Amino acid sequence: MSSPENPPSGSAPRRRPVRPVSIASFAQARNVRQDDHHNEVEMLMPVIAEAFGSISITKDDVDFICSGSTDYLIGGPFSFVMALDAVGVWPPRAESHVEMDAAWALYEAWVLLQEGAADAALVYGFGRSSLGDLNEILALQLDPYYLAPLWPDPVSLAALQARALIDAGRATEADFAAIAARSRKDALSNPNAQVAKDVVASTLMEEAYVVSPLRRHALPPITDGAAAIVLAAGEKAHQWSDDPVWITGFDHRIETHSLGARDLTVSPSTSTAAARAGLFEAPVDVAEIHAPYAHQELIVKEALALGDSVVINPSGGALAANPIMSAGLIRVGEAAARIASGEAHRAVAHATSGPCLQQNLVCVMEGA
Amino acid sequence: MADEPGGPSTVTEDRGPVTTLATPIRLDFNFTPGVAQSRFLMGLADGKFMGQRCSVCSKVYVPSRGSCPTDGVPTIEDVELANVGTITTYCVVNVPFAGQSIEIPYICAQVLLDGANLSFMGLIQEVPTDQIRMGMRVEAVWVDREELSPSLASVRYFRPNGEADADYETFKEYL
Amino acid sequence: MAERCAVIGVGQTHHKAKREDVSIAGLVREAAAMAVADAELGWPDIDAVVIGKAPDMFEGNMMPELYLAPALGAVGKPMIRVHTAGSVGGSTAIVAAHLVASGIHKRVLTVAYEKQSDSDAMWALSVPQPFAAPLLAGAGGYFAPHIRAYMRRSGAPDHIGRMVAVKDRQNALRNPFAHLHLPDISMEMVEESMMLWDPLRYLEACPSSDGAAAMVLAAEDAVSGRFPPAWVHGLAMRSEPTMFAGRDQVNPRAGRDCSADVYSQAGITDPRSQLDVAEVYVPFSWYEPMWLENLGFCELGEGWKLTEAGATAFEGDIPWNTSGGVLSSNPIGASGMLRFLEVAMQVRGQAGEHQVDGARLALGQAYGGGSQFFSMWVVGADRP
Repeated sequence: MSSPENPPSGSAPRRRPVRPVSIASFAQARNVRQDDHHNEVEMLMPVIAEAFGSISITKDDVDFICSGSTDYLIGGPFSFVMALDAVGVWPPRAESHVEMDAAWALYEAWVLLQEGAADAALVYGFGRSSLGDLNEILALQLDPYYLAPLWPDPVSLAALQARALIDAGRATEADFAAIAARSRKDALSNPNAQVAKDVVASTLMEEAYVVSPLRRHALPPITDGAAAIVLAAGEKAHQWSDDPVWITGFDHRIETHSLGARDLTVSPSTSTAAARAGLFEAPVDVAEIHAPYAHQELIVKEALALGDSVVINPSGGALAANPIMSAGLIRVGEAAARIASGEAHRAVAHATSGPCLQQNLVCVMEGA
Repeated sequence: MADEPGGPSTVTEDRGPVTTLATPIRLDFNFTPGVAQSRFLMGLADGKFMGQRCSVCSKVYVPSRGSCPTDGVPTIEDVELANVGTITTYCVVNVPFAGQSIEIPYICAQVLLDGANLSFMGLIQEVPTDQIRMGMRVEAVWVDREELSPSLASVRYFRPNGEADADYETFKEYL
Repeated sequence: MAERCAVIGVGQTHHKAKREDVSIAGLVREAAAMAVADAELGWPDIDAVVIGKAPDMFEGNMMPELYLAPALGAVGKPMIRVHTAGSVGGSTAIVAAHLVASGIHKRVLTVAYEKQSDSDAMWALSVPQPFAAPLLAGAGGYFAPHIRAYMRRSGAPDHIGRMVAVKDRQNALRNPFAHLHLPDISMEMVEESMMLWDPLRYLEACPSSDGAAAMVLAAEDAVSGRFPPAWVHGLAMRSEPTMFAGRDQVNPRAGRDCSADVYSQAGITDPRSQLDVAEVYVPFSWYEPMWLENLGFCELGEGWKLTEAGATAFEGDIPWNTSGGVLSSNPIGASGMLRFLEVAMQVRGQAGEHQVDGARLALGQAYGGGSQFFSMWVVGADRP
């Protein structure tokens, strides 16, 4: 296990959760390049049914619902509205939605459970990247006056970041290939993964550049997917599990938008969130990092001060499947699953949003 | 514009502030109706309304999005519905806007098909706008058989079918 | 268990059809800076930012919080983006309040906005769906049939809608931030305006506005500001499915349940007599009598009688929409927050010309979608 000997500077004081909250269950759809048979409701229904069914509860057992999605993936306003039909919110329920990765919906639900305003929550996220041109869609996340009109695609922006990392002498293209090879191999044991293969890094290095210095393997796949987590506080956490997986720290931070105003080789917002979540107080066994591009794993790993003994992305991570708007939530679910299975005692999950890791979330979990 | 390189810039004429920056955005998307809605659409191609019944509450939805909105379970059982229904409520659209393909004023009504438990919005024609009523019985007018397609465009509009108005009590729970 | 939470600063823009003098960032910063100043704080004092708006397609900017983070002083802080349809302005304030009530943060800035002139909202709401009927009706076309259903159910006379349209525009004359200032507004003027969605006339519908609203919420030990705090006495959100068999769209259960929850938290058993003022999301005139009933201010079918008797007028026993309401300013994403903000101003005693004398307890309500999403809060001058 690693020892966080050099926690990053700028650490904010830790805030301890007041009320214990557990990840009671987790389910996800099988990640695929394109699911053209099911609409969002049909994609979500089995996932939510599994999240409830695996702990033998129903929608009546949760008193808050929160989801994460974005209209721009489907190309129509209010995409979260009809998705709610996958739950069946009758009688009416306390319900909310963030136009963010569902990891932030999980955060919102955790806040209510902390407060005691709810005792159990269903959190879900969904997104189908197959419906439009993701490179064009994600360009609309940028400053609408100075950047979006230029339509810079997200791969090119990520390549700028990767180049900066190489130029700083902190990584090589071979490092990116090694990460991708490990991800593909680990994904072989993940039945929901989209990209899984036993392949060595040297073979991946033979691929052509998509945008130099990024080859195909350093990019995330385009994925249709969905995921759900049930959060439980207090008595319900113990009722629904013999060995609850507890959230011991949870925080998120955002950086400035302009890429020119940021050092793209570091992720200070990840470090701050990690410090606030108490990550550096004890070592972790497993980290699930939301790094859509291979080089971003190195940046986040450093920001989280993870030693080499920490198992990173045993699920294969976002390089194995990147369902936008639920990929971050899945990191939390996968990390919790390692604790539930006994493979890990303490784990950290990370989620990101925006170009070049602009916004980051850190969730620390521990077993009983 | 600078008068000399490196020197202070001098604006020689006041051209006023930039207030607008036009950024044309065009995005194309595939649309996935899903399993349940596909059955509804294929019904339209056959000139009929196909609904689906919830196995929990027995309500019939047309079109079904795949789930019962109140029970959150898949709607699996297909139900063929009548070609006639009742106007539960309506409004007369008199506002012009982009993309409109119908001459204003026109009647936009909630139509509850016989056998269904949910009304949907439909265009009403062949009746003057001042003679439309809540409870009016209407029938669907379809396009010619060879023009039928898996689209609501297969239904040209609804029109009064001459039956006596439905009693308010029979449809008030659908308002 | 939960910490007390109060509104300690409010800010809003001058709402207009087109705010060509500011960018989106400039618009939100205008409201936020005013709220921070009203709280007598500086940007570094803010712990977290919660922002809300209606669909991103209204401005063509996907997940705009990413671009707006520096303009709102959010760099290095947590930032959350809420979207719950038309109720979003209220929901956004509620998420911010939970961040304080849970003890996680001391001071949270919450902001909501819409810059409708940057795009075409009618277009953004009417993206053609394949396989759908070639029938476009607009927002009014969705709500007008339900208004007709209310008229049928309650037997309300035609002039009630016009009375609301006049009353809210008269209130707007007291509010320098309101978009519509129509000094000559009258029953005749409304009746002569164009019939858009029969039975709804042009002047019975809300305008399309650019605008932003902002509030600073604080924990009890972090209270500051130019005016006394507006304490949060209760808050709630409720959603029900968009379409289902037997759905009551005139008097939705989600709205009734939401108000029952918020009243229970605030100790309210008789809203009409206990509340001093209410700001309620009324985008079309007839929604005042409908929500009077839904919110329990009277018995079913009686809402229009309160309006007709002048109970909801500025001088009435329970003034509704003293700011001029959504009928006078409608920056969609901010419209819900403006309701929450107006009642905070009322109990803080900072509402100026539209101040209701002695207002101490007030309800803010927002709804969205096809009346299936509700958010509400009750704020008071007294600490709960």
